[in-house]
Amino acid sequence: MRYMMIIHHDDEAMAKAPPKELWAEYAAFNEALNKAGAGFSGGLRLSPGKQGTVVRTRSGKTDVLDGPYADTREQLAGYFFIDVDDIEQAVEWANRCPSSKYGAIEIRPIVEQNAR
Amino acid sequence: MGDAARQAAERVARDSYGRLVAFLAARTRDVAGAEDALAEAFASALKSWPEDGVPDNPDAWLLTVARRRQTDAMRRRQTRTAGEVHIQLMTEELEEASANPDVIPDRRLALMFACAHPDIEAGLRAPLILQTILGLTAIDIAAAFLIPPATMGQRLVRAKARIKDAGIPFAVPEREQLASRLDAVLEAIYAAYSKGWAEIGDVAAERLADEAIWLGRLVVSLLPDEPEAKGMLALMLYAEARRQARRDTDGAYVPLEAQDIELWDEPQIIAAETLLRDANRSGPTGRYQIEAAIQSAHVARRVTGRPNWDAVVALYDVLLGLTRSPVALLNRAAALAETDGPAAALASLDAIADDRRMANYQPYWAARGHLAARAGRKDQAHEALTLAIGLSTDDAVRHYLIGQRAKLQDG
Repeated sequence: MRYMMIIHHDDEAMAKAPPKELWAEYAAFNEALNKAGAGFSGGLRLSPGKQGTVVRTRSGKTDVLDGPYADTREQLAGYFFIDVDDIEQAVEWANRCPSSKYGAIEIRPIVEQNAR
Repeated sequence: MGDAARQAAERVARDSYGRLVAFLAARTRDVAGAEDALAEAFASALKSWPEDGVPDNPDAWLLTVARRRQTDAMRRRQTRTAGEVHIQLMTEELEEASANPDVIPDRRLALMFACAHPDIEAGLRAPLILQTILGLTAIDIAAAFLIPPATMGQRLVRAKARIKDAGIPFAVPEREQLASRLDAVLEAIYAAYSKGWAEIGDVAAERLADEAIWLGRLVVSLLPDEPEAKGMLALMLYAEARRQARRDTDGAYVPLEAQDIELWDEPQIIAAETLLRDANRSGPTGRYQIEAAIQSAHVARRVTGRPNWDAVVALYDVLLGLTRSPVALLNRAAALAETDGPAAALASLDAIADDRRMANYQPYWAARGHLAARAGRKDQAHEALTLAIGLSTDDAVRHYLIGQRAKLQDG
């Protein structure tokens, strides 16, 4: 089953994280992801939420809203993909992700087109 | 007084929970129904014991209340079938048992065999045994098995429905089937222990290790003639004896060869040695006895100052012949490095290099990294250690490996 692993960072915890160590851990984690197989893809990092733009279309009228969109302390920071047998293995990959210490990893199964 | 009653209820819950569930569910095969009935009995106990005092025989008291609730529930449901005779039979059986509680038959083993039946998904057998025999909640179990509690709860409910609907027997298998079916029970308990062993410093996980050992003792006491049950209990005790030595005072990971022998728990090691000797009386017969023997060879360092690597390699050869497991081969390589050198050990790993299961297996890359470093192959070591770091879930292990990788540059 394929999962999208969504990384949410807690800004306060992130600010306290030792950057050198974190990036070393991330380099190793991405290496492991890239070697893990066809359904896996290494993490992509997103720029902070305040640089984002939100578009909504309501009754034919487009509404463009500049960031910051997320008021929450936890920011959507990036994502990666895995392809594993079950939720246990997905949780294990979430635990391996260095960001799990500074925020949360949301595990979302991908709905396959031919599944239904 | 209220506290005394609560403590009594907790004590009974620990000692008798599984026994009562197994007894209540044995005839109906309705594990969930038995658990509900017993939960209700415990709730009434907490209400009435503080006022009326703790009964002389708490088990019998609980059984009587649970029985009443269970037969009521059955009467409500079973009108369409000719269930009345069945209920009558159950009632009589239960009445006899609660009148004479010393002879409440112990059906926990039968319940464990039902939970570890081939029809139950392999990964759920251990959680199911933990819940039915020990009364652990889905939340406790989910924490230890790293599964969302709601998911774990649903799966346990489904597994119990399966026992009931598929008519999985509540019975200890006949002699000729016992060995293979017992393997599933032991495997489930050992899986629970492994979870509890791997996650150090995690309260839920440590409790799980304790509970698994408790279940191991229970199986040994109920099947005293089974050498593999004793072998598994010995194996768990050897591992448990070294728990304190696996972290230094700063919480950093300490590998086996660097552990301080003073921190090993001697009484547990002696208990393990006794069990293993007892199990091996007519020669080792299975993987748990061999794995326990390997642990025994490791802790020989306690007496001789050095582990007996030749014996460890020889035992891994036996284990490999028995299980054909890549993990056995991997561990054998670590021991082989001590007898034949790291290059020979690395070469032995070529046999599993293409095994897909190894690509994500953290211990494989950690072992490759250590062996390559010792063989002076820095590039290989760096690559393997990087993968091992990326595959680690435990921070202490991750930091240890990062330290090992940093040493490559210095040396």
